[in-house]
Amino acid sequence: MAEWWAGLSAQFDLNFIQKDRWLSLLRGLENTLLITFFAAIIGILLGIIVAAVRTTYDNNGENMKYQKSIGYYILGFFNVICKIYLTIIRGTPVVVQLLIIYFIIFANSTNDILVATLAFGINSGAYVAEILRGGIMAIDKGQFEAGRSIGFNYLQTMIYIIIPQVFKNVLPTLLNEFIVLLKETSVAGYVGIMDLTRAGNSIRGVTFSAFMPLIAVALIYLVIVMLLTWLVGKVERRLRKSER
Amino acid sequence: MNDNVLIKVNDLKKHFKEGTIHALDGVSMEISRGEVIVIIGPSGSGKSTFLRALNLLELPTSGEILFEGVNITEPHVNINKHRQKMGMVFQHFNLFPNMTILRNMTIGPQKLLKKSKEEANAKAMELLERVGLADRADAYPSQLSGGQKQRIAIVRALCMEPDVMLFDEPTSALDPEMVGEVLDVMKELAKEGSTMVVVTHEMGFAREVGSRVVFMDGGVIIEEGTPSEIFDNPQSDRLKSFLAKVL
Repeated sequence: MAEWWAGLSAQFDLNFIQKDRWLSLLRGLENTLLITFFAAIIGILLGIIVAAVRTTYDNNGENMKYQKSIGYYILGFFNVICKIYLTIIRGTPVVVQLLIIYFIIFANSTNDILVATLAFGINSGAYVAEILRGGIMAIDKGQFEAGRSIGFNYLQTMIYIIIPQVFKNVLPTLLNEFIVLLKETSVAGYVGIMDLTRAGNSIRGVTFSAFMPLIAVALIYLVIVMLLTWLVGKVERRLRKSER
Repeated sequence: MNDNVLIKVNDLKKHFKEGTIHALDGVSMEISRGEVIVIIGPSGSGKSTFLRALNLLELPTSGEILFEGVNITEPHVNINKHRQKMGMVFQHFNLFPNMTILRNMTIGPQKLLKKSKEEANAKAMELLERVGLADRADAYPSQLSGGQKQRIAIVRALCMEPDVMLFDEPTSALDPEMVGEVLDVMKELAKEGSTMVVVTHEMGFAREVGSRVVFMDGGVIIEEGTPSEIFDNPQSDRLKSFLAKVL
């Protein structure tokens, strides 16, 4: 037992304490969180825009056509763009997207983190869009009609009546998407970014000891995910209070 | 146009599925202020489609609807303005589940009529008082019975002080013992002289409250007249066989 313990503590010393190796894990974690956070914001913004275009077109197309509004054709155009975006992003692996954005589209950029953030954000946006769209479609049509019959226009009905209900319904699914995003950023190492995963793997590369650094990386991801889950659970309970 | 005419419908048509289904096949009607029009007919007769077309929840294929002298089927008309003057009550209540009863009633007046919170609340409480639900102001819709929900839906529409109330089968989704409380509120409204258009299967209500009863089938008006003309002296075979089934 004592021997086992001594071995373990030697491993710990080798992998984290010597040469301040834990610092590289910390820096990796910082990059991972940075990329995840800003990618999530890009994803939310993109997702809202895409979901808005898609649902407005689906819900209002008939109306706008009836009013012979030019907006119908403009909206139709953007709707097609959004559909193409969704198809491409959801139809290709995120690593491939990252590589293309890094080595082709922003080949001359020197800000690796920013490019990776953009890549993950664009990727996440597609999933967020579909989550939001699904949430909006799940609201009973009667809610739209009730809002419109009171005299709210389409946008007001969305903002005052539909969106608050959607938000509550999609919160768990959205959280799930951001958990996936956090873990997906672990492929950032493909383009040479020192994220948490790559930092752990680098330690393994110099110490020739796999157990400690990789388990440490896994634990750190796990703790962050558990924290996120706990946080949203709290928010959810607060939102649910209104309905009982 | 006669000043007393509130809604005038000319040859309204609604076709679905590339014109293969004619939900409305040329309906014309004049509705005067203070009238209570009750529309009856078998399911699929187009009566709900007609009612929903009156505030353009259903877009007509052709024909026109003049509301307070304005042809609201014109593309450039701001329908939202006119809908504020047309209260609507749905079969499935459609209360907003995430808002309290009071908020359900005040959100429209506050956001659209620009009433102050106090003003909107006072009006809502007064209406809640009238339908005997003042004590439920802070409850959520899920905590109410069907009959209570529908009474709330009616006063929610009334909060906007509409010129006409449209009822789309308001009692069809209710348990039988709750139908009465909703009909009572509607009778009250009719007595006060509100203009109402009611699609319903409640023949007793039609006979008692209707100033005019309209029988629709196959997307057209087959017969219309006073309740006693329709119920005691039906002319067409279709109305006779309909009444034989429901009475």
